[in-house]
Order: sequence, then structure tokens, then C-alpha cells
Amino acid sequence: MSILITPKTKVLIQGITGEFGARHTRLSLDYGTKVVAGVTPGKGGQFFEHGKHKVPIFNTVAEAIAATGAEASAVFVPPAFAADAILEGVDAGIGLVVAITEGIPVKDMIKVKRAMVGSTTRLIGPNCPGLVTPGAGKDSNGGCRIGIAPGYIHHKGHVGVVSRSGTLTYEAVYQLTVRGLGQTTSVGIGGDPVNGTSHLDAIKMFNADRNTWGIIVIGEIGGNAEAEAARWIKENCTKPVAGFIAGATAPKGRRMGHAGAVIGGKEDTAAAKIAIFKECGIEVAITPSDMADALIRCAQAKGVKLA
Amino acid sequence: MNIHEYQAKALLEKFGVAVPKGAPAKSPAEFESALAQLPDGPIMVKAQIHAGGRGKGTFVDGFKGGVKFAQSKAEALEIAKRMFGNTLVTLQTGPAGRKVQTIYFAAPCDIEKEYYLAILLDRVTSRPVIVASTEGGVEIETVAHNTPEKIFKIYVDPAVGLQGYQVRQLAFKLGFTGDYFKNAIKLIAGLYRTWWESDATMVEINPLISAPGGRVLALDAKVAFDDSALYRHPEIVALRDLNEEDPKETEASKFDLNYIALDGNIACLVNGAGLAMSTMDIIKHFGGNPANFLDVGGGASKEQVQAAFKIILSDPKVKGILVNIFGGIMDCNTIAQGVVAAARETSLNIPLVVRLEGNNVVAGKKALAESGLKLETADSMADAAQKIVRLVA
Repeated sequence: MSILITPKTKVLIQGITGEFGARHTRLSLDYGTKVVAGVTPGKGGQFFEHGKHKVPIFNTVAEAIAATGAEASAVFVPPAFAADAILEGVDAGIGLVVAITEGIPVKDMIKVKRAMVGSTTRLIGPNCPGLVTPGAGKDSNGGCRIGIAPGYIHHKGHVGVVSRSGTLTYEAVYQLTVRGLGQTTSVGIGGDPVNGTSHLDAIKMFNADRNTWGIIVIGEIGGNAEAEAARWIKENCTKPVAGFIAGATAPKGRRMGHAGAVIGGKEDTAAAKIAIFKECGIEVAITPSDMADALIRCAQAKGVKLA
Repeated sequence: MNIHEYQAKALLEKFGVAVPKGAPAKSPAEFESALAQLPDGPIMVKAQIHAGGRGKGTFVDGFKGGVKFAQSKAEALEIAKRMFGNTLVTLQTGPAGRKVQTIYFAAPCDIEKEYYLAILLDRVTSRPVIVASTEGGVEIETVAHNTPEKIFKIYVDPAVGLQGYQVRQLAFKLGFTGDYFKNAIKLIAGLYRTWWESDATMVEINPLISAPGGRVLALDAKVAFDDSALYRHPEIVALRDLNEEDPKETEASKFDLNYIALDGNIACLVNGAGLAMSTMDIIKHFGGNPANFLDVGGGASKEQVQAAFKIILSDPKVKGILVNIFGGIMDCNTIAQGVVAAARETSLNIPLVVRLEGNNVVAGKKALAESGLKLETADSMADAAQKIVRLVA
């Protein structure tokens, strides 16, 4: 098993005809992901063709779900229209919305988050690489890939990875794969200050997933989401957990690429977060090259298998 | 994006927030006409730069104070002449300081009491929060630490906006009565509207003051905006002051590169913000010092890599370059071609270490090896960082 998505998950793509959305839809189809529908207002009735694949396009998310039974949506819509696209998915009652779009205004996300109170839809992102549940085939083909992560670096297995950063997630996944440690699911929750799913939400799911035997949690400067997750881990999680915090050298008050990566208060710094990780029994990776090894150390100390 | 104090005050005024009367001058020729807009008598003269700590700052020629009290307009004129074109160094500017290119003249106020008020995003609740205190004019972090009971917070439900009862509650807690209360209500509501309607990330008034006659005013104002929302605020984009930005950062933004200058000597070129931050960290871990943060984004092109090299090399402190690319979707060969072209074009003569991983990495490494360039390749981030630190030392 895995969290959030399985190789059987039926995926729809909002913004399938845009350049970015189309490119990653092709890559997901090549990976073996069940992309069952696309949504582009005004292009309903057309098809998105790639090789032997012919994905029907709909005008609205509600129509796409009714016709195909899509269970998860990837949002590749430009920033100015992305909040609207997310809410369309929520209104249609889809279970999972993964917002890849970078640069959505904070105010739009404040409204989205408020509008989602009481909704059964889970939002991942925005400004995230999405998620991958690797498959059993060569280069993990046959898995479910929603978003922009490279599928081939994954390997089916028992480690859960959650991160705010895209390339840092890939780094961790790749380190695991070359050491023969596969993943259940890798989740990029995104670098924005207002997002749908937190580190803690993902960790709770990994903790509850019987197939996940160890967890890597990657955070960065800004906000207190990592601290919140760490304190929960200390009380509730018996699985080995390794962590890394990016931004030890970041200057105060500057936005380091991600909109959320700004050091504001004292608890925002990398040093403060690392101290909390340690205090909560999380094995801290000394450098970003040490993430998989840190998890191995932690698993060995606990006498837990990772593969 | 940040703006100057005089711009922030003009914006606040549009939303009905009371501020002391003031007038900016962007050249010495404008000094007299600016002063003519203010009543005779004492004048505050304020150097306009984006950094804080102006009052306690010192100009490079030894002139003290970027915010000064003048007894008369004549004296204000003299002070403005000393400040204009001069470079002001404050705790926040770093030793290089900032050149003053605008002077703001303001009518001084008789301060009865100082308060603090800020509006920002509360990341825990994903809602706007108004933070206020009866202790103004000092560092709010200190107040929060020593006397947390003097800090009041109001969370705004974005579905309905700031409610009247919330504003009243806050004004009562701050101890306002009578005319002060009425004016405080108007001011708080105006500040919230400024935050919400102009897509600000922060509105900070420190100090907010009460003055004789029941007046409540924003004596200082700091406003920052959400870069992602600027597309719908041309009126705010028009306030951008390129003089306040590092020219390298301005150049980088033209190529959609995310560049932040730092003070070390090892330049980095990385794809992805998280990886870029941790590349800086690992350089530091192995004893080096990063010269910059540079994220070329998820789908960097050859042209972007070339532009990135030029920007990096325009920093005279740079003694070596570390390229760290995890080509997930991005083709490592494309990056390698970009690196080779950029190194040739810039006649690179400082150490270069390249770590490529991911998509089409074999072709990428081959392109680097066959380029004949003097560069080292690395197999992991740790390996790359150690190599560049050694080469630069």
C-alpha cells in the first residue's frame, strides 16, 4: 500500500492543454499513471493524444468526474486562475486536488483554505512537485505520478518521504533508491506559506500506513510546521524518522525562492528547527547528502527493517 | 516587494489612515516646494531608504542620523542637503550602506503615547492576524518575550472580513476612549483594508501614536507586498525603486532566475529553491562561504544558465563556482551545454565544480568531459562541496 494514491488511482488534469500540463501529462502516461481525463474550459469533447493514449477533455471538473470516475486532480493552471481551479475540484467533490502551480497570490490561498473548511477534499500544494507512488515495473513504472517529479528515480518499497521542496525531495528519493531502499509514496507539500496539507498531515498518514516502515521529513526555514510535526512524532510515532532542514545559511528577512521560506521570528530558523527535531528523537541529516543514511542509522538504532 | 515610508504613508492615506502631514523631494530642486506644503515651524527630515534603523544610522561622511528634527524650515533645508546623495549605513544596510535619493519632510507630532500595530499572515490558521500592543516604539519581539500580556491579537475570518466588534475590542484593549477611540477605530479598519486590498504581506506601524486633540496617527509605516499578486496591482509596481535593489538581483529577475546576493566567495547555481538553500548550507558545512542563492528553476534553459553565469561572475568576491543540478525532468545534457557555453563565453578562469544527477546524466557528463574546460565533476553534493571549498581555499 501507500498513502493518498495507488497505481490504480484515476487522475484528471486541470489545464491539460497548456504547455506545462501537457508535457507532464505525457510523462505521467509514460510512467503508467491512469490519467483518465483532462479539463480545459472550452475544449470539451476534444482528446489529448499521446502514443496509444487518447484522454478525453471536458469543459468542467464535474463533467469529467461524472464521465470517468476520476479520483484525484492535478492543477496545472496559471497562477491567476489556479485558486478558481482548485475550488472547482473541491466543489465537484473530488477526493484529492494536487496544485502544482507556483506563484498563486497568498490572498487567493487564504480564501481557498477558508472555503475548504468542512470539505472532504484534500489539497496538496500549491507550489509543489506533487506526489509519486512508485510502481513495480522497471524504473518504478506502473506507479501513480501526479505532478512534475521524475518518476524513474523512485523504487517501490517502504519509506515515506515528505518535503516542502521539489528537488530536495528528488535528492532524498534518489539517495534511497541507490541504496536499495524503495518508497511507499513521496509527497511534496509545497513551498507556499498557505498550503493544503502539512508535514504533520502527511506524517500521520505514513504512520498509519502498514507498508511504510520509515519516514524522511524535509523542511526549511519559515513557519512552525516542522516543529508541530516533530512534537507529534515524539508522542505518537514509533517508526524511524530522519529529518533535514534547509536554510541554515539563509539571511534573515529574505525570501529564499519559496514564498514561505523567510525567516521571521526566532522559531523560524534552521537551527531552532534542527534542535526541535533532535529533541523529538528525529535523526537529523548533517548535510543534504546524508538524508538516506540518517534514516538508515535511525532504523538500525531502533532495530527496524527498511526493506 | 518593499516600498519607501513616504509611499507607504500615501497608500495608507488612500485607505483613510491618518498620518502626519508630509512631502517627499526626489531632488534638491524639489526641497523648497516640498517644504512649502508644510506649516512653518519645526520639521522632521527623513532619509528614504528601504532599510530600518535609519534614526540611529550614520552617513559615510560622518553625518549622524537618517531621521532628524529641525527647528525651522531653513534648518530642514540644510539637513536635507547633507543627506541627499549621501550614503546611509544602518544596522540593516550592511557596511556598504544605501544611497539616499529621496528626502521626506514631515510635520512633527506631539506624541502622547506610542503603540504598536501590525497586520500579517498567521501561518498556523492561514488567516490575517492583527497584532497590537500598548508598548510602541520598541522592538516588538522584546515586548512579546518580556510582557506577552501586553500583546493583543485578532484573527480575521477571510469569509466575512474584519468585523466592527473586533476592531472595538482591540481599541478598548489598547485603552482608547472618547475621540481617541473613534479615530483608532477608523485607523485600524483602514490599515486592514490596506493589507487586504493591496495584497500586502505586512503592514507594520511602529509607532502608532496618540496626539493632542484625540488624534491617532501612523507615525512610521512599513508595508511589504506579495510578489505573486503584483500582476493585479500596477499602482504598486509603479512604486518599485530599482535603486534599492541589488543590480544583480534585478538582472536575474529579467531571466526568471531567483538570485540573492550573499557575502561569501563560492557562487552556486542550482535548480530548485530547497536544493539551492541546502547547497549553501553544505558549502558552509565544509568550511566555505556561499556568495549567493541562485535557483534557476525546474526547467532551466541553456540561455538561463548562461545568464546565470554572467550574473554570478559580475560579483568580484566570487572565487569559485559550484553547479548543482538534480535534473529530474530537466535534461542534464542541456545544462551541461549551457555550462560549457557560459564558461567559454565568459573566459572562465576560476575553479568550477559541477555536480549533475538525473535525467540524461551520462550525456551531460560526456559533454563536460569533452569540452576541454578546466572543471571538476562530482558525484554527490557532499563531494561537490568539499571539492569547491578545497579549490577556493
